[in-house]
Amino acid sequence: MNSFVLRGGTIVNPDGNVEADVVVSGGVIDTVGGTTSDLPVVDATGCYISSGFVDLHTHLREPGKEEAETIETGSRAAARGGYTAVVAMPNTDPAHDAVHVVDFVRARGEQVGLCDVLPSGCITIGRLGQQLVPFAALAKAGVHLFTDDGTGVQDPLLMRRALEYAGQLGVVLAQHCEVARLTEGAVMHEGACCSSLGLPGWPALAEELMLHRDIELVRLTGSPMHFLHLSTARSVEMVRQAKLEGLPITAEVTPHHLSLVDELLTSLDTVFKVNPPLRTRTDIEALKGGVLDGTIDAVATDHAPHSDHAKEQPLDAAPPGMLGLETALAVINTSMGLSPRRIAEVLSWNPARIANVADRHGRPVAVGEPANLAVWDTSSEWVVSRDHFASKSRNTPYDGMTLRGRVHHTVFRGELVVKDGEATK
Amino acid sequence: MKHLLSIEELTVEQLTALLDLTDHMVEINARPVPKVPALRGRTVASVFFEDSTRTRLSFEMAAKRLSADTMTFNVGTSSVNKGESLRDTIETLSAMGVDAFVVRHKSSGVPHMITEWTDASVINAGDGWHQHPTQALLDCHTVTRSFGTGNDLRGRTVAIVGDIKHSRVARSNIRAFTLLGAEVVLVAPRTLLPPEIIDWPVRTVDALDEVVSDVDVLYLLRMQRERMDAALVPSLGEYSARFGLTRQRATRLKPDALVLHPGPMNRGVEIVVDPRELPGSRILDQVRTGVSARMSVLYTVLSGGSVPPTGGAE
Repeated sequence: MNSFVLRGGTIVNPDGNVEADVVVSGGVIDTVGGTTSDLPVVDATGCYISSGFVDLHTHLREPGKEEAETIETGSRAAARGGYTAVVAMPNTDPAHDAVHVVDFVRARGEQVGLCDVLPSGCITIGRLGQQLVPFAALAKAGVHLFTDDGTGVQDPLLMRRALEYAGQLGVVLAQHCEVARLTEGAVMHEGACCSSLGLPGWPALAEELMLHRDIELVRLTGSPMHFLHLSTARSVEMVRQAKLEGLPITAEVTPHHLSLVDELLTSLDTVFKVNPPLRTRTDIEALKGGVLDGTIDAVATDHAPHSDHAKEQPLDAAPPGMLGLETALAVINTSMGLSPRRIAEVLSWNPARIANVADRHGRPVAVGEPANLAVWDTSSEWVVSRDHFASKSRNTPYDGMTLRGRVHHTVFRGELVVKDGEATK
Repeated sequence: MKHLLSIEELTVEQLTALLDLTDHMVEINARPVPKVPALRGRTVASVFFEDSTRTRLSFEMAAKRLSADTMTFNVGTSSVNKGESLRDTIETLSAMGVDAFVVRHKSSGVPHMITEWTDASVINAGDGWHQHPTQALLDCHTVTRSFGTGNDLRGRTVAIVGDIKHSRVARSNIRAFTLLGAEVVLVAPRTLLPPEIIDWPVRTVDALDEVVSDVDVLYLLRMQRERMDAALVPSLGEYSARFGLTRQRATRLKPDALVLHPGPMNRGVEIVVDPRELPGSRILDQVRTGVSARMSVLYTVLSGGSVPPTGGAE
């Protein structure tokens, strides 16, 4: 189906919402509005049509942990979530610290053809925090975001040098803010709940100390930086202040940090173990405030698939992380009630800019634009079932919950890759 | 009651029922032939992922006195060392026909997880820093029966001294003593208190000297020697000077005050005075009561009720 019409929807664009049919043909938006007769119709009644979502934070697990996810299954999960581009995190095995690895990830993504797979790069070789990766070679191979995600870059000297060196190349470093020494053995947020359960805590301070350090390094070097999955109230305040001062920083939060509270760990269920950990209601409210007032630029999933047997370990041994791609829209819509415009902003327009793909993603829905689109609503209710995911893993914290808002169709490079919620290939 | 995972799950009625049943088990244990057929044909498996010889032996003795068959899963020499998962271990043992698992693990929550994978009863014999419910049960029994006021601890003050943060015993006992009406005081350096306890039904004091002469029960926790390495206390000597039961402090105890310790003791650290010289020491009574308390728990979870076992010695 190379040509079709999305009928009956409301286009969400930076300059406003408008009800109009959208004709997709030859990979681009052919017509907006007007009448069409002979093309196949894809029903968009009651839906919003926006540029496709862009996830800044996806773990695809390939190469190295294909039992949990592959580039194919992760791409399909992304497409079902309305994503037309995902930034693949570098903590694979081998890690994204060499050109041949990122070339492989990108090529495999192209082969699958369900969304743009944009490999990030590590900051240090093997994510070991010791030696810088070949930034220039990786940048030439198309890498724009560099991060040692999973662990923060601990050494302040190394981080300073990385910012100085990489800043010159026009790429962006992204930091996982966590002072490792303060979180050894941590299982959940340090607070009342961890105290009762006798679980080692992740203090908010561990995130905030590193965020503070890196904001100061940005001030010193002038190089831009993106902050991954911020989770505390104080972090939001620090980013707000730094942005007021004009520092070139951006920040993301995850759907789960906007919706789930640390007390869920009283179930002792490892599905709720995640890094950074689920925090308190106060933190959740502050993060929402940051999303509302623009302090937080993007909602990113930190989609982190893990096999059942990995999550069936004791809490201290189970790996942190939860699925996100297929529930992101519904979770933020249910927990926040954002306007369609703000949803498009934090799920598509802003992350497309941060990932440096604004030439083809996060574009206005307008004639001649590349047809990377998401068609979604904010009103239909559905019950999450862990057994109905395109992801290869099942570790969703939302199993059995009723969410509101749903992705109906996804168009990637003019192709209807998701129709009525299901992948077409 | 199918499982015993945490004191937090117990009502005061369930706790006192277990204490009263423990009286009955004490009586059985005092018989010339301390054995009843109450759990004949049932199988109790001890699965200790963390070593604890005394707790394991106490449970096994309890099971044998109720005529249950016992088996021990020795993690050190088992398939766990060959990479078998926790779930596979439990499902394998369940398939052999286990009726109750007695589980010790270094990670909080493991006994709770196990209940998802087996139809057998699960008894928590200590999980991480979380809970050690049978220890609390035997401690409450020891204390209440020493005072002779039934199951009522109203008006009594219990000081729990030492490493509260890393202590499953403390978490279980705070709840259990509070359920019975006692006031609980925590005595510890800030580094050994959990990070946020404002909602706990306790007060905290900064030094043992502040409360040693006022308390009815002095509960000393074991001070792990490796705590020094994590900068939690400057030295064991300094810990002992501030929080240890020295001979001098022992003289300030109320005449009828009880001294308890879950064992094994670090002589010269949390307890400097020889406990044999302390008239209020109940440390060996705790061990003795442990067998009866665990009989009470095994009987309760495996019989589905708390009707005392009938029948005499075999």
